[in-house]
Amino acid sequence: MKAEESVTTGADLLVKAMIDEDVEVVFGYPGGAVLPIYDSIFKQNRLRHILVRHEQAAVHAAEGYARSTGKVGVVLVTSGPGATNAVTGLTDALMDSIPIVCLTGQVPTHLIGNDAFQEADTTGITRPCTKHNYLVKDVGDLARVLHEAFYVARTGRPGPVVIDLPKDVLMAKHEYRPPKKPVQHKSYRPQVKPELKRIEQAVEMIAAAKRPVIYSGGGVINSGPKASKLLQQFARMTGFPITNTLMGLGAYPASDKQFIGMLGMHGTYEANLAMHGCDLLLNIGARFDDRITGRIAAFSPGSKKIHIDIDPSSINKNVRVDLPIVGDVAHVLEDLIRVWKARQPKLDQKALKAWWAQIDTWRGRDCLAYKQVGDVIKPQYALERLYHHIKDRDAYITTEVGQHQMWAAQFLKFEEPNRWLTSGGLGTMGYGFPAAIGAQIAHPEALVIDVAGEASILMNIQELSTAAQYRLPVKIFILNNQYMGMVRQWQELLHGGRYSESYMESLPDFVRLAEAFGAVGLRAHSTAELDGVIQEMIATPKPVIADILVDKNENCFPMIPSGAAHNEMLLGPEDKAAKPVSEEGMVLV
Amino acid sequence: MTVEAHTISVLVDNEPGILARVVGLFSGRGYNIESLTVAETDAKQNLSRITIVTRGTPMVIEQIKAQLDRLVPVHRVRDLTVEGPHIERELALVKVKGVGEKRVEALRLADVFRASVVDAKTDSFVFEVTGNSDKVQTFIGLMQSLGLVDVGRTGIVAMSRGGEAL
Repeated sequence: MKAEESVTTGADLLVKAMIDEDVEVVFGYPGGAVLPIYDSIFKQNRLRHILVRHEQAAVHAAEGYARSTGKVGVVLVTSGPGATNAVTGLTDALMDSIPIVCLTGQVPTHLIGNDAFQEADTTGITRPCTKHNYLVKDVGDLARVLHEAFYVARTGRPGPVVIDLPKDVLMAKHEYRPPKKPVQHKSYRPQVKPELKRIEQAVEMIAAAKRPVIYSGGGVINSGPKASKLLQQFARMTGFPITNTLMGLGAYPASDKQFIGMLGMHGTYEANLAMHGCDLLLNIGARFDDRITGRIAAFSPGSKKIHIDIDPSSINKNVRVDLPIVGDVAHVLEDLIRVWKARQPKLDQKALKAWWAQIDTWRGRDCLAYKQVGDVIKPQYALERLYHHIKDRDAYITTEVGQHQMWAAQFLKFEEPNRWLTSGGLGTMGYGFPAAIGAQIAHPEALVIDVAGEASILMNIQELSTAAQYRLPVKIFILNNQYMGMVRQWQELLHGGRYSESYMESLPDFVRLAEAFGAVGLRAHSTAELDGVIQEMIATPKPVIADILVDKNENCFPMIPSGAAHNEMLLGPEDKAAKPVSEEGMVLV
Repeated sequence: MTVEAHTISVLVDNEPGILARVVGLFSGRGYNIESLTVAETDAKQNLSRITIVTRGTPMVIEQIKAQLDRLVPVHRVRDLTVEGPHIERELALVKVKGVGEKRVEALRLADVFRASVVDAKTDSFVFEVTGNSDKVQTFIGLMQSLGLVDVGRTGIVAMSRGGEAL
């Protein structure tokens, strides 16, 4: 009798297994091949399903959920177009190391390969854009595969995992047994603990530094809040300057005096020159991305480099380092701090003082300065005012991709990890709004704002319907310059000001668009209206679009032009003519 | 940076799509495959062994190994070229068509190369030749003028010398 009770369908089994994985929310969109799972979801109330309006948005929402909580984000889509629509989100999650489990429907096993209705080779298509994927052909494998998928998604360097589920497998009968913990995988064993010998070497190198800089990235955030605490402890112990990548913002408090801002293509003058001039570069959970390094041959030429990363394939990929340390950031920092305390090495305080004096001179350039003159709102000013109104609240900020994203990274300050959600690696326009929905689902009481451009927001605007359905008070803060701003900026700097197809004609009236979806629309035309609109946006307990009309021609500075080095950055419009972009730089993205 | 050839052995779970994962990794990241062989080697544990010969700078070779190791169903990656002495073997089937003196010469050369005759007709032979790639290549080259009509090669399988297993 008991055995019979535990016999269930593949779909029921999946839902039970997800509940055993502590899944609370699934972002998805139904269709023929996944109807059995939707039926199982209907029959229970532990697992909450959020209906998005496009499968791409389901993945971005799950990413927002995952990035803001540290948990695995779960997606459920149907076969064929459901799966192919999810591909952009999966690629985004792979590039930014976000843990996702995506369940895709598939035609029944006997039809696979027959070009059946809504059939796509999902495992084939998603192989290069997932950390791993599975096609389950036997209901007996289903529970094991699901638990394994969660394990693979969240451990090591996190990433998206797809499970392709033929409909007959979902309907087949099988009994469910909860998993034995912990999962032991036969071939997948990420290295979490570092080698002690390397930690000792690192301590020696760090102690000998005269011009050090800590460069930390998204790996600190993925390692968990403890890693951020340890990073702060380590930075204070050494007194070293610290810069964050775009993905790493929030891992170190922006208000701290040792923080020298973001580095890279639109990073601060002081951060980039510190990278260029340092004699010790300590990379903690970042991957020497091309947005960070600029021209590789001229990248941080005089430094010894230590690289801490959980993914051995990130080491020596772009930049050759002197001391690689494979391991999880929190574990590595824990060991580093312990060995440091035990040895009590003497730092060269005189040299460090001179280094800080140099950095403070660079800081004195005030590289993010801009001129707000007249009524027309400068985008930087809009963000400064936004920051003024949210800085005392625990706000979650997402962005789309482009100028507004870089300005947001420059002008909004993050004191804690998991508050800044942005598409760094793939640069996916349309990421921010669904990601904000995911973050809002995870933190119903929090203030969640998508800083957007008017071009990006249109890429997933249909999600206003999702926000309205679940009464999610997500705020969309559009810096509306009527251009694809970053495209326009590159055309100005690199293509003789020929603004080919970068002007957005026939933009919608965003206020009425918001209203059409049951949201609230606000607009600021001038500086005089700006603060009022921001305050009203924050105070409104509904989804809001705040359409901020900004200067159309503002460019994002500082900027390291493609193919240039950190010490060749452009600081402002006056600088650009003096430093034309090289031929080699022109071919770079 | 000099480009070097490396022979890499990879132990993987024998599951659908594993070869596609490996090959997709090489094409997607722009690495070269000079030779690739794969077959199940342990039925009980369901393991296959893949042998890849690839070319690249030392930094690229290092990347290739790290990327291969990152694939979930990969158990072990060993670079035989850097890990000491090893043996490489390849097998080829070589079909030669001809009569008279050319036929006799082909048979004579086959004997020199210790190639065995695995099929014979009055006007053709199929030889099986085994050895390192140089030897196989030389044999095929010699057959060119003696009526070579068809070649099938397995690609390289390799193993380290001494008692250590992969």
